[in-house]
Amino acid sequence: MEMITARGLARSFRNKKGETVHAVKGVDFSVRAGEIVGFLGPNGAGKTTTLKMLTTLLKPTAGSATVAGYDLAADPQGVRTAIGYVGQSSGTAPMASVREELVMQGECYRMSRTDAAARADELLSALDLTEQAGTMTMLLSGGQRRRLDIALGLIQRPQLVFLDEPSTGLDPQSRTNLWEHIRRLRDDHGATVFLSTHYLDEADALCDRVLIIDKGRVVAEDSPEELKQHMGHDTVSVEVESDVDRARAVLEGRLGVRNVAVEGTTLLLSVEYGNRRMMELLRILDDADVVPLSVQVTRPSLNDVFMTVTGRSAEQPDAVSA
Amino acid sequence: MRFLADCGIIFRRQMSTLVRSKLSMTAALIQPVLYLVLFGPMLKGVVASSGADPWKVYVPGLLVQLALFGAGYVGFSLIPDLNAGVIERLRVTPISRYALLFGRVARDVVLLGAQAIVLTAMAFLLGLRAPIGGLAVAIGIVVLLAVSLSALSYSLVLALPKAAEHLFAPVANTILLPLMLLSGILLPMSFGPKWLDVVSHIIPFRFAVNAMRDLFDGQYLTAAVGEGLAVAIGLAIFSVVLGGWTFTKENA
Repeated sequence: MEMITARGLARSFRNKKGETVHAVKGVDFSVRAGEIVGFLGPNGAGKTTTLKMLTTLLKPTAGSATVAGYDLAADPQGVRTAIGYVGQSSGTAPMASVREELVMQGECYRMSRTDAAARADELLSALDLTEQAGTMTMLLSGGQRRRLDIALGLIQRPQLVFLDEPSTGLDPQSRTNLWEHIRRLRDDHGATVFLSTHYLDEADALCDRVLIIDKGRVVAEDSPEELKQHMGHDTVSVEVESDVDRARAVLEGRLGVRNVAVEGTTLLLSVEYGNRRMMELLRILDDADVVPLSVQVTRPSLNDVFMTVTGRSAEQPDAVSA
Repeated sequence: MRFLADCGIIFRRQMSTLVRSKLSMTAALIQPVLYLVLFGPMLKGVVASSGADPWKVYVPGLLVQLALFGAGYVGFSLIPDLNAGVIERLRVTPISRYALLFGRVARDVVLLGAQAIVLTAMAFLLGLRAPIGGLAVAIGIVVLLAVSLSALSYSLVLALPKAAEHLFAPVANTILLPLMLLSGILLPMSFGPKWLDVVSHIIPFRFAVNAMRDLFDGQYLTAAVGEGLAVAIGLAIFSVVLGGWTFTKENA
């Protein structure tokens, strides 16, 4: 069953100078039930804008979508009843207590006071926030606040949860902790998760499938592993005793070696499927009487994928933000 | 009805925030008393010389002033919620967008109603003698004004560009001060020069104050009362429609 289907979804707006900015330029994708799918892209790529369109916060200027079985244009209210949303800067009233916020959120989803209270306690326990139940939200730590944001997005047990840059600003331990909670959403509760992120490691760790988005368009789509396989290249580093230049001459162009770089006595080979070809490459060196001292295979990162697909590094700050 | 239940959710939240802050409550209840006690005696001298009963002239103006400065500034309370992302979060839930506005307006009206009653009761203690029927209708007009000003105040906040919430205070002040001066709150506009009186005709509150002065005097069927009620109702409808529109605007 398709949880999300987007066809030609686009959003443009007028900036201060009166120019039309196309934040999202026609995005097509689907998400099946039970998947964890991620939008990966640098700041300004259009991730948040797309997420806001799918969660009814913004009206698309073109295109259509079906979210959790409801048509986005025809029945936005229906969409709202079926989804949970954890925004980038998700909002909690500073002086309300954690539990109060959860109960009120439940009531907004038409739960009775008692149901909302029971569900709040359940979530507090599941997200390790029981001790903070009576604390004012403005006194929470970053990690606690993010967990509260997630709890708020889950209060009505949605089958589809949207997370916009969930771990931005969190320390490493909170991030890993958060990832665990996100995985549990799908593993324990069968929810479908759609998240956006500009962190490559987050997409790699969490997502079944990654949609790479750049400048308002989806430019690549596959599982992290496949993307790295097809679009990145392994780096095989071979340190040799001597004869670096001869080693290079022997290996250049062989067996899918795309590029040979030399650093001192180490050859850096860009090879597709380097982990499989490593043995054969070493044999070639051996036949040429070059003695390899050490070998290392580095798998490609999503940054390599991003670079290949867009020509830019994902970690470079982008000038434009939507 | 779903909408009323949604308003109830927001109303209860707003009320609990208010009641929780003893400072807010105290300030809210002291306000009317201060107006009465600090300005009332001064006015007596001025107004009595023209033959009218000073309390019947002053208290209606005071009630409208209470509405202006009480309900006119409620937008402030929306700003922290807006900045914290609470409004955005609530917009993704099925709760009615109109409830986000009306739940707040309801709280503002309840608070202002309480203040109006405190003020009128105190005025009674200090010598005001007005018929109950007149008082009831007058307070009804004040409630309508509160609805209008509250809705307009929230609309103003939403109309401000992002990250420019600090402009709310200066803009609100710039609008409210002339409104106050031209409404005949402190003194009837007829006391001033003709041109000032003419200009004040575009201010809705002028009609409300005049209507209430007649009502306090026990006159129910005058033109002023009719005009005042019409203006109060018209303004309330306009503000509520505008407010509803600003709250539902950026939505799918």
